[in-house]
Amino acid sequence: MSAHAASTNTGLSHAKLGTWAFLASEVMLFGGLISAYVILRSGSGHFFVPPRAMMGVPLATLNTFVLISSSVTMVLAIAAIQAGNVAKLKNYLLCTIGGGAIFLCIKAYEYNHKWHEGITISASLFGSFYYTLTGLHMFHVIGGMGLLGYIYWQASRGHFTAASHDRVECSGLYWHLVDLVWVLLFPILYLL
Amino acid sequence: MSDHGHAAPTGFWRKYIFSVDHKVIGIQYLITSFLFLLVGFSMMLLMRYQLAWPQPGADFDPENLGLVRGFIAWLFGETNMPYGYMDPTFYNQLGAMHGTIMIFLGVVPLGVAAFGNFVLPLQIGAEDMAFPRLNMASYWVYFVGSVVMMSSFLAPGGAAQSGWTSYAPLSVVAPPGQTIWLIAMVLIITSSLLGSINFIVTTLNMRAKGMTLGRLPVFCWVQLVTAVLLLLAFPVLEAGAVLQLLDRVAGTSFYIPKDMIYGDSVFPRAGGGSPLLWQHLFWFLAHPEVYVLLLPAMGIVTEIIATNTRKPIFGYKELVGSFVLIGALSFVVWAHHMFVSGMRTSIANLFVTTTMTISVPSVAVLSCLLLSLRGAQIRFNTPMLFALAFLPMFGIGGLTGLPLGYAPTDLYLHDTYYVIGHFHYVVAPGSLVALLGGTYYWFPKMFGRKMNEGLGKLHFTGTLIGMNLVFFPMFFQGMWGMQRRLADPTLQWHNLPVQGWSTVILAGALITAVAQIPFIFNFFWSIWSGEKAGENPWQATTLEWACPSPPPHGNFVTPPVVHRGPYEYSVPGRKADYWPQSDAA
Repeated sequence: MSAHAASTNTGLSHAKLGTWAFLASEVMLFGGLISAYVILRSGSGHFFVPPRAMMGVPLATLNTFVLISSSVTMVLAIAAIQAGNVAKLKNYLLCTIGGGAIFLCIKAYEYNHKWHEGITISASLFGSFYYTLTGLHMFHVIGGMGLLGYIYWQASRGHFTAASHDRVECSGLYWHLVDLVWVLLFPILYLL
Repeated sequence: MSDHGHAAPTGFWRKYIFSVDHKVIGIQYLITSFLFLLVGFSMMLLMRYQLAWPQPGADFDPENLGLVRGFIAWLFGETNMPYGYMDPTFYNQLGAMHGTIMIFLGVVPLGVAAFGNFVLPLQIGAEDMAFPRLNMASYWVYFVGSVVMMSSFLAPGGAAQSGWTSYAPLSVVAPPGQTIWLIAMVLIITSSLLGSINFIVTTLNMRAKGMTLGRLPVFCWVQLVTAVLLLLAFPVLEAGAVLQLLDRVAGTSFYIPKDMIYGDSVFPRAGGGSPLLWQHLFWFLAHPEVYVLLLPAMGIVTEIIATNTRKPIFGYKELVGSFVLIGALSFVVWAHHMFVSGMRTSIANLFVTTTMTISVPSVAVLSCLLLSLRGAQIRFNTPMLFALAFLPMFGIGGLTGLPLGYAPTDLYLHDTYYVIGHFHYVVAPGSLVALLGGTYYWFPKMFGRKMNEGLGKLHFTGTLIGMNLVFFPMFFQGMWGMQRRLADPTLQWHNLPVQGWSTVILAGALITAVAQIPFIFNFFWSIWSGEKAGENPWQATTLEWACPSPPPHGNFVTPPVVHRGPYEYSVPGRKADYWPQSDAA
C-alpha cells in the first residue's frame, strides 16, 4: 500500500485519518441514539425507570472495570509493538480480546436476568432503549473482537514491526471508542 | 507509479465490473444513477398523468379506454390502476419511492459519487482514491441497496408509502414494504459512509506536490465539505432508522405515543414514545442532505464558468468560505421543516434566524458566480449553457425558500405544491441541470471523445423549457392552497380553479421526457463516434486536463507538480489565455 505517513499531506497515514473520520461518524450514530434516549426520558410522560436494585449495578460496574482494563491492555499492546516486541503484542491482544469476551458473558447473563424480571425490549420505553443502546454497543464489541483477532493473525504472520504497525494503532483507536461509549452508557442507563 | 496500490487489471470482470479504479467506479456510478433518475422520472410521469385527469370525465367508457389509458390499465393491473385511474395507495407508493430514488439513488450518487470519484483524484493530482477497495465496496453496497429498495414493490401491500420522509407513526403501521425501505436505507447509508471517509482522506492526504488547500479547485472543496456533511449527518438518520425498524419488528414504541388509536382500536403497544422524535432525527440528516444535493452542483458550475469565461473566478476565497459556512450552518437549520409539527415560538424563532443566516452564504456563492460573468467573452458551449441556466434556476429555488423559512408564512404554505415547486427548483432545474452540464464537460475526459454540440443544445433547450413548465405552475397551485400528496386534488373543491395547471405540468413533463432522448442517444453515440478530444479540449487549467483522455490506470504519466492557483485565465503578458496549474512556466 502507498500509505506511508511521510508521503501524505497531513503527515497522518490514510488508515489513521480514515479511522478518525469513521470514529466521528460512530460518535454521531451513538450521539443520535443517546440524544433520543435523553429527550424521551426527560420529555415523555410515560417513561418509567426501573428501580436501581433491578438494574444490577454491581455487575455492571464489574463489566465497566473489565472493559476499561481491556483498553489498558490495548494500550500496552501498542506500546509492545512500538518497542518491536511481537510476542508481547500478541499476548496483550489476547488479553484485550479476552476482556471483550468476559464483557459479553456478563452482558448475556444480565440480559437473561433482566428479561425474566420483566425488563423486555417491548414492555417499556426504558427497556427498548436499554436493549437498543447496549445491543448496538455489543455488536461493536463483537466487531472489535473480530478485528483484533484479525490483527492477532496478522501479527502471527509477522506483519508488524516497531516501524510499521498502523493497523494495530487504528484497531486500538476503535477499541477505545467502543470502551468510551460504554463509559457513557453505564451511568445514563444504570446510575441515573 | 511504483508505489501504486494495485496493478493494472487485465480481465473484463476486474477491469469493468469489480474494478478498484476510481475512474471506472465513477462511471459505474454515473450510469447507475442516470438509470435511477430515469426510473424515478417515469414514476413521476405516471403520477402527473393521474393528476392531469384524476377523475373519469363525461365521455368515460369502461369498454373503450383509449390507447394510452388502456395500456396503462393493462400494464399496472386492476389493483394499482383500475381503468387507468390510480389507486391512492399506489400513488402513495410512487410518491415515496420517487423521492427516495431521486435523492438517494439518483442525484446524490451522481453529484457526489460519480463526479467526485472520477474528477476529484484527477483534480488533486492523485493516482487513485486513498482506499480503492473500500471504493469498490461503496459502489456495490449502493447497488445492492438500490436493488433491495426496488424489490419493495414486490412486497405484500406494495412499496414504502409513507413519503420519502417516512414520518412516524404512519410508517410504523405501514405494510412490510417500509421494512424493506429501512433495510435498503441502512445499506445506502453504509455505502455513503465508506465513500465519504474515502473522499475526506483522499482530499486531505493525496494532493500532488504544490497543491496547497489554497490552490484546490472549488469542485474539490465542495466535495470535501459534502463528504463531511454525509459523514456526520447520515449516522443520525441511521440511528433513527434503527429505532423505526425496532418499532416495526420488535414491538418497541420509540415513535408510538401512549394509547394511540389505530383504525378503531388502541394500538397494542406500551407507548410513551414521540412521533416528533423521528422528525428531528430525520431532518437532522435531511437538511444537510439538501446541501449534499446542491454543493457538488455549485462546484461543477464554478469549474464550467471559470473555463468558459476565460477569466479567474470572482472571489475564490469568498466562494470557498461560503461553502464551508453553508456546510456548518446546514446542521442547525433542520427544524424549519417542522414549524407546523408543534414547536415553541422561541425555538421556531431560533430556526427562522439560522435559516435566514444560511441564505447569506448561498447568495454570496450566487453573486460570485454572477460577477464572474462580468466583462467576459463567454463561450456558449453546451456545458456552459447548463451552467448559466443553473444560476437563475437556483435563484428561483433559493428565493422561494425564504417564505418557507419564516414560520408565519410557512404555516400557510407548508405541505402545499408551493413547497414542491420550491425544492424542485433547487434540485431539478438547479442541481440536476448543473450535473447534466458536468456530464457534457467531463465526458471528453471520461471517454476521450466530445459529445455532439447540436444534440446537446437541443437537449438543453427542451430540458429547460420542460422543467420550467413543470415546476413554475406549482407555485400558483400551492399559493392557491393545493396540497401535496393527493392522488385526486379535485376532491377538494377549492383546488378546482388551479386544477387546469396540472395539464400544463403534464405537458412540461412530456417535453422534458422527449428532450432526454437526444441526450441518451448523444451519450452512447459519442462514446464510439464523437469528435476525438485531446488531453485538454476546453483549454482549462485544472489538473484533470493535464493527463490523457481517458486517463490510463494510475492517471498521470509523470506525477504532476502544481505551481499556481486553479483559475489562471487570461493572465496579462502570456500568449495563451490559460495557464495550467501544472505548467512550470
